[in-house]
Amino acid sequence: MKPGPGTYRVGGKVYASVLGLLSPQASSVEVIPLSGRYVPKAGDLVVGTVTDAQTTFWLLDIGAPRWAPLHMTGTPWKVDIGETGRYLTVGDAVLVRVESLEATGRIGVTMLGEGLGKLDGGTIVRISPARVPRLVGKKGSMIDTISRHTGAKVAIGQNGRIWVGGSPEAIQRVSEVLRLIEENGPRSGLTTHIENYLRATQPADRPYAGPSDREIAGPGGFASPDEDARDEPPAPPSERL
Amino acid sequence: MGNVGAKETPILLTPDGRRIDGRLKNELRPVRIQAGALRHADGSAFVEWGHNKVMAAVYGPREVHPRHLQQNHKAVIQCRYNMAAFSVDERKRPGLDRRSQEISKVIAEAFDSVVFAEEFPRTSIDVYIEVLQANAGTRCAGLVAASVALADAGIPMVDLLPAVAVGKVGGEIVLDLKKEEDNFGEADLPMALVPQSGRLVLLQMEGHMTEEELGRALDLGVQGCRDIYEKMKAALRERYTLTPIAEAAR
Repeated sequence: MKPGPGTYRVGGKVYASVLGLLSPQASSVEVIPLSGRYVPKAGDLVVGTVTDAQTTFWLLDIGAPRWAPLHMTGTPWKVDIGETGRYLTVGDAVLVRVESLEATGRIGVTMLGEGLGKLDGGTIVRISPARVPRLVGKKGSMIDTISRHTGAKVAIGQNGRIWVGGSPEAIQRVSEVLRLIEENGPRSGLTTHIENYLRATQPADRPYAGPSDREIAGPGGFASPDEDARDEPPAPPSERL
Repeated sequence: MGNVGAKETPILLTPDGRRIDGRLKNELRPVRIQAGALRHADGSAFVEWGHNKVMAAVYGPREVHPRHLQQNHKAVIQCRYNMAAFSVDERKRPGLDRRSQEISKVIAEAFDSVVFAEEFPRTSIDVYIEVLQANAGTRCAGLVAASVALADAGIPMVDLLPAVAVGKVGGEIVLDLKKEEDNFGEADLPMALVPQSGRLVLLQMEGHMTEEELGRALDLGVQGCRDIYEKMKAALRERYTLTPIAEAAR
């Protein structure tokens, strides 16, 4: 038996190195961690906050072990050297993609790509990175439900940082839902539970708009409600469901 | 600690082998461990061990502060052991002193020998141990709390690190000294064990004992560590055990 991720071998025996769930594979054994910081993967969409602006790059806190440098050439802007602070300053929120991982632990990120960029306004809620698949749901069902019921704009980072924009009430409701997901992540029936919660707390002056046919980006993608859906009659259930 | 204000030595061991709090020589004080006691830390634990109350929080791996401590091939493990001003009878002057610096150092080194630090180059794993109430054996309680907090933080390690103190009291080798035994006893021997390998990664001694007594003390301590180890594992299991959604929704 070969030691897989989350394990180590001493004297022919394999031991767990992290707290987690045992997952026997065909020729190896691995332990899936139940906790821990975000482990970046190339291609991940992440929400970060700017922690430092250098002359040619910014440093982003994406919840990983290291701060991730975002070089000025990795942005849609034409940034002059030394002028980085005019575009992003410490505390700004951004949606970026993990581009490269180096053996030194350096995490390269880029802001070039559809939907990537600075996140204006809103707030960032942190959940465990392990809960992100739960928040997205099957083919985006969970996040779809949440944004439809609340009218909030939500950007999901694979790092467990969730940016929420919209009215203060919408942000408040999404934050509460995120807390429920965080606490009940591994339980079954979560989407139904969340939907019931959202229905029960739907404000009278902003009735539920019903499902819409809008596009949703893939897991971790941008999800925002169709602004016009409110004024239209509820659309028929889409093929996605 | 010293014996300031102490009048005379209390009876530490009765003829029938009972200690000042009624325990037997090889008996631990009651230990309660709660994993995941804090919200903002990456991992945390709260330990009540006899009359000791210790909170531990772990952050990281994260950026190293101060920068010059950064190591290119591994994570640095930084530990701060601190006693609250209200943790002892007489007010403890807050902040770092020689004792807490020493304890911080030996605990950091103990963890350095079990954590797979090479997996996180140029980062820091920060361990904070706050003693809220002290009654002898706080470095062991702190180490146990910090070890559970490290596991809770998902840090890869060889094993958990149970710890316990053995001492010599009334001429006998006894497990897990409490305050009076520590103050008036003949020796105190804290240790931390790696159960997987049987290695000791922390061993200190204050006082005197013979070579033969030391051997017995180590055996007793290792047994005590193994008991603590089970409690640590149980605490982590409890933390990650699920209750059905209806109950959780309260």
